[in-house]
Amino acid sequence: MADATPKPRPKPFSIPRQPMPEQPPQVRVGNFREVPFGLTPDLAILEATRCIQCKKPQCVPGCPVSVQIPEFIDLVAKGKFVEAARKIKETNALPAVCGRVCPQEEQCEKPCVLGKKGEPVAIGRLERFVADFERVTGNVVVPGIGAPTGKRVAVVGAGPAGLTVAGDLVQIGHDVTIFEALHKPGGVLMYGIPEFRLPKEIVQAEVEYIQKLGAKLECNAVIGKSITIDELLEEEGFDAVFVGTGAGLPYFMNIPGENLIGVYSANEYLTRANLMKAYLFPQSDTPLNKATNVAVVGGGNVAMDAARTAKRMGAEHVYLVYRRSKKEMPARVEEVHHAEEEGIEFHLLTNPITYHGDDESRVISVECQKMELGEPDASGRRRPVVIKGSEFKLAVDTVIVSIGNGANPLVPSTTPGLDTNKWGNILADQETGKTSKKGVFAGGDIVIGAATVILAMGAGRKAAAAMHEYLKTGAW
Amino acid sequence: MYPILETKEIAKNVFLQKVLAPRVAKKRKAGQFLVLRRTDDGERIPLTIVSSDAGEGSVTIIFQAVGKSTTEFARMKPGDSYLDVVGPLGLATHIEKFGTVVGIGGGIGTAPLLPIATAIKGAGNRLLSVVGARTKDLLILEDEMRAVSDEIVVTTDDGSYAKKGFVTTALQEFIDRGEKIGLCIAIGPVPMMRAVAEVTRPHGIKTMVSLNPIMVDATGMCGACRVTVGGTTKFVCVDGPEFDGHQVDFKELVMRNRAYLREEKTAMDRIEHKDGKCMDGAAVPAGGGN
Ligand SMILES: Cc1cc2nc3c(=O)[nH]c(=O)nc-3n(C[C@H](O)[C@H](O)[C@H](O)COP(=O)(O)OP(=O)(O)OC[C@H]3O[C@@H](n4cnc5c(N)ncnc54)[C@H](O)[C@@H]3O)c2cc1C
Ligand SMILES: Cc1cc2nc3c(=O)[nH]c(=O)nc-3n(C[C@H](O)[C@H](O)[C@H](O)COP(=O)(O)OP(=O)(O)OC[C@H]3O[C@@H](n4cnc5c(N)ncnc54)[C@H](O)[C@@H]3O)c2cc1C
Ligand code: SF4
Ligand code: SF4
Ligand code: FES
Repeated sequence: MADATPKPRPKPFSIPRQPMPEQPPQVRVGNFREVPFGLTPDLAILEATRCIQCKKPQCVPGCPVSVQIPEFIDLVAKGKFVEAARKIKETNALPAVCGRVCPQEEQCEKPCVLGKKGEPVAIGRLERFVADFERVTGNVVVPGIGAPTGKRVAVVGAGPAGLTVAGDLVQIGHDVTIFEALHKPGGVLMYGIPEFRLPKEIVQAEVEYIQKLGAKLECNAVIGKSITIDELLEEEGFDAVFVGTGAGLPYFMNIPGENLIGVYSANEYLTRANLMKAYLFPQSDTPLNKATNVAVVGGGNVAMDAARTAKRMGAEHVYLVYRRSKKEMPARVEEVHHAEEEGIEFHLLTNPITYHGDDESRVISVECQKMELGEPDASGRRRPVVIKGSEFKLAVDTVIVSIGNGANPLVPSTTPGLDTNKWGNILADQETGKTSKKGVFAGGDIVIGAATVILAMGAGRKAAAAMHEYLKTGAW
Repeated sequence: MYPILETKEIAKNVFLQKVLAPRVAKKRKAGQFLVLRRTDDGERIPLTIVSSDAGEGSVTIIFQAVGKSTTEFARMKPGDSYLDVVGPLGLATHIEKFGTVVGIGGGIGTAPLLPIATAIKGAGNRLLSVVGARTKDLLILEDEMRAVSDEIVVTTDDGSYAKKGFVTTALQEFIDRGEKIGLCIAIGPVPMMRAVAEVTRPHGIKTMVSLNPIMVDATGMCGACRVTVGGTTKFVCVDGPEFDGHQVDFKELVMRNRAYLREEKTAMDRIEHKDGKCMDGAAVPAGGGN
């Protein structure tokens, strides 16, 4: 354990950003264990001393939930790891998760002053370190819970948005029940993001913490099917409902051959691998086809996760087929870097147009087309344009389509009075999560479309505050 | 946990179970299904809800033991529990007054047909039924179907019981004798449903079939269950399970259901092997990182 005596603070900028030890690529492609080992206490203290404790910290506004970054880092520098974890938890209920999966380079670390001249403070790694320290050393304490308010809240979906709402409201003293469609809680953290990036044990520990606070959890409850929102409000006696059902509808490209055997959505591939533990088949019952050559279509985090999972499932070649250039890839730099290290072969400026199958309808190749970048489109990224006559085939036996997810229509289509936009996302007020239906709030991916864990949590936090207000006053 | 209240082998390798799942029992409508999981390593297995008792909170399922999971389900006894039961899932059958309806159940397909037939009859339709099986031992629910039908024809492919022949023969006879059929519903093996659709197509008889692709989540999240209907892709778990039989790409469905033949065999061999050595429940050698 760490030597807790504070070391004298060295001169700013004199220490380089501390690397996080990790499994070497050749080793980790053979297992599903987490890639980085995390900082050691000594490295964490050293890294924390890099923070110059700005009077007006630029990092804090970069964090969607305003974690008190200099304060917690100061505690780390003093070796007060548990205190540091509690400081973060004042605004962020899931630091062990966020420290791992937040796109820090786009959020808290981007505006850090140290980044102007050199490298920013490794805020995410420190966050992860203290959260792990608190959990592993058994220092997680359940805070005091408010006196029962007599109000009942239903939370639909046990992803980061729903878990945040549940945690916040149960602490105030409301009676909270979370309804989850799948057999395990956690949302994308459980079924989507792979074990080697976010160990499921951590997700389960976070969920258990919220249960320890007193929130009830009912799995296998598909709202809209097993029970409707109206029934929750009218028959089951809930005073308010939060909808955090995520963006769980996989998009396909609607190109020929997309229904051949071996063509998966990333959601299916990752759900089989993570939630259903296909990597343990036949000890677990849910299989994945054994693949030698895999094409992953897309360039986001989901595509990187699918590609790296395919590698670990034993594929020899994993091709990442993306229609723009590397610069436009929406995936985190760290993930792209990890993927490259693990031997994922990038086919950039390339777009699939047709899948070909054998006489058993199993995919044997993907026909692609090369692209070049033209004028910027509505998203500000340069639009890919087809290069005529550039078609070529890649021999593959598995394809994983990772081009994005839309809103699952189950809840909106069974809830009269709940308005959605043309893409099916629930319309909700940015600041309060209020929907068009009295007593119903929404937030996370179901409202803003596929985004990030921390944005979903931020929306949950705001909705929880507004829900508390509504439960107190009844005013809509 | 979802305890089993009752279990019975109603035909060779075909099992009926009554399972306690109050939420599902309260909500389900004809045509809907549920998903069961037995253990934490188990698959999510979709099965049709044959009937329910909202008062008791129970649902009844009927399934054929065809692979590892269903074989293990079949061995469960009253008092044993499923770890997970999810439902009701899928869209309920569209029920209205069609006039004369022909309901066709082939093999295990008679189980999903029964609740639909009951609802069709309940809506005041005249119901002509055809219940078929490969052989006498595999015939199920004859009496139950008889009770809701205005007329019933039972067929066996091998002639070991009742009328020898395929269900399509009986359907053709209804058509030939001039029945004005408002709707035909066919549930059974894919080749049977395809054959029925081909018989009705030239006569313009609307034909609904219930599809059983491989599923994972069964809530519209993964797309494992996609089928092509009328040239567009549908997710059977949320858009179905019933579709217009004249529009379904049956060939694709047959192929997609064969996706895991090799793995299914590996899994099946494992339980057979376990039985032989009597190592059911024994620790399994670690299969890798956890
Ligand atoms: C593979 C993958 C990798 C990702 N990587 C990152 C990353 O590195 N960093 C990052 O910040 N973000 C990442 N994201 C995005 C992030 O995971 C999501 O933005 C976030 O999980 C959204 O949270 P949520 O609570 O809104 O929804 P979800 O996490 O989707 O949770 C919704 C929950 O609701 C349940 N549900 C749905 N419908 C119903 C219903 N009708 N009744 C009951 N329950 C229902 C679902 O089963 C699910 O458990 C990734 C996403 C994916 C798919
Ligand atoms: C909506 C729906 C309703 C169904 N209703 C019934 C029913 O009432 N009674 C009944 O006996 N069967 C029903 N089925 C089929 C049943 O789900 C499969 O027989 C079962 O999953 C086979 O699992 P297994 O592990 O025992 O066999 P496996 O060894 O996995 O497979 C044996 C066969 O079953 C098919 N199969 C495998 N996995 C699945 C899966 N997840 N979903 C569907 N088919 C699969 C395979 O194509 C294979 O041919 C239904 C399927 C669906 C989709
Ligand atoms: S929650 Fe995410 S964005 Fe905020 S400080 Fe932590 S890692 Fe940075
Ligand atoms: S901006 Fe950087 S140096 Fe300044 S307080 Fe934040 S983390 Fe520390
Ligand atoms: S089974 Fe996953 S979408 Fe239908």
